[in-house]
Amino acid sequence: MKLLTHNLLSSHVPGLRPGGGFPLKIEAAEVRVRPVPFNAAFVSRLVPRLRWDVLREAAESLGHPSELPPEPAPDYEGDEEFLRRVHHVLLEVEVLEGVLQCPDSGRRFPISKGIPNMLLSEDE
Amino acid sequence: MKKLKLKELESCLQQVDTFENPKLLLEQYPTRPHIAGCMLYTIHNTFDDIENKTIADLGCGCGMLSIGSAMLGAGFCVGFDIDADALEIFNSNIEDFELTNINMVQCDICSLSDSMSDAFDTVIMNPPFGTKHNKGIDMIFLKTALQMAKTAVYSLHKTSTRQHIQKKADEWEVKMEVIAELRFDLPASYKFHKKKSVDIEVDFIRFSPKKLLN
Repeated sequence: MKLLTHNLLSSHVPGLRPGGGFPLKIEAAEVRVRPVPFNAAFVSRLVPRLRWDVLREAAESLGHPSELPPEPAPDYEGDEEFLRRVHHVLLEVEVLEGVLQCPDSGRRFPISKGIPNMLLSEDE
Repeated sequence: MKKLKLKELESCLQQVDTFENPKLLLEQYPTRPHIAGCMLYTIHNTFDDIENKTIADLGCGCGMLSIGSAMLGAGFCVGFDIDADALEIFNSNIEDFELTNINMVQCDICSLSDSMSDAFDTVIMNPPFGTKHNKGIDMIFLKTALQMAKTAVYSLHKTSTRQHIQKKADEWEVKMEVIAELRFDLPASYKFHKKKSVDIEVDFIRFSPKKLLN
């Protein structure tokens, strides 16, 4: 699970308040860093759509303090170094094994081989 | 980015490993490389909804559509499926093809809330048709897809349901365009099929939300 996926994913345990179930707290048992070809245009498009605080916190929690600023600078589009740092954190750091925890219900979802399992049991 | 020809795309997709033991009740069958190739090629060349975009593949199975999207320059693809066995094959396909911009999530599309509103540029899917005690599932997939997509949803639906879908699309204030009429010959992957293959007429449809769904 890359942090870009984490940035989009929320728990859908029934009965949560609107906007609830996000962000999922990551407990990583195994993290992998693997190079991914850098695509400046793509990263640049993504920046305004990211939940920025969530991304920074997730990167920190994985022991990859991302050196990302508290907020993207107004001229981020032309700043290749910045875009590369965002790229690294979003796409090159992956949680292979671990758990995601719903911040509202406490429900835990396992991550195995990089795949989060968000299935709820029948009585949920 | 090197321009991939349709034939090249198709021949790459023929290398995608598919279901070993397709599960009847989940309507599992691989999207044929030829169909996947044509679909994706159109989405990319006619509508420019793949390159550098974020893409969700609902009911991804072994990943045919996601893999094809990645090959056509998608920025990032996420596949969603309920079946762990299918996702395992998808995972090994990604390793084989050395693709680095694909992720997958195991979940039940039918119980996804509208939590991922506009999270993806494009949704591309070959959803279950609702022929196995799961009537209406195609519309659930479609509704969820429309919530998740910012720009467009590309999907396959039985031609026989076209009127019904058009009605729903109008109700949801979504623009619907039938891009092509296809014939699926589903191989006799299920033991009870008497003929060697089953022919159904399928619409390849592009949906674009006119405004946000409520």
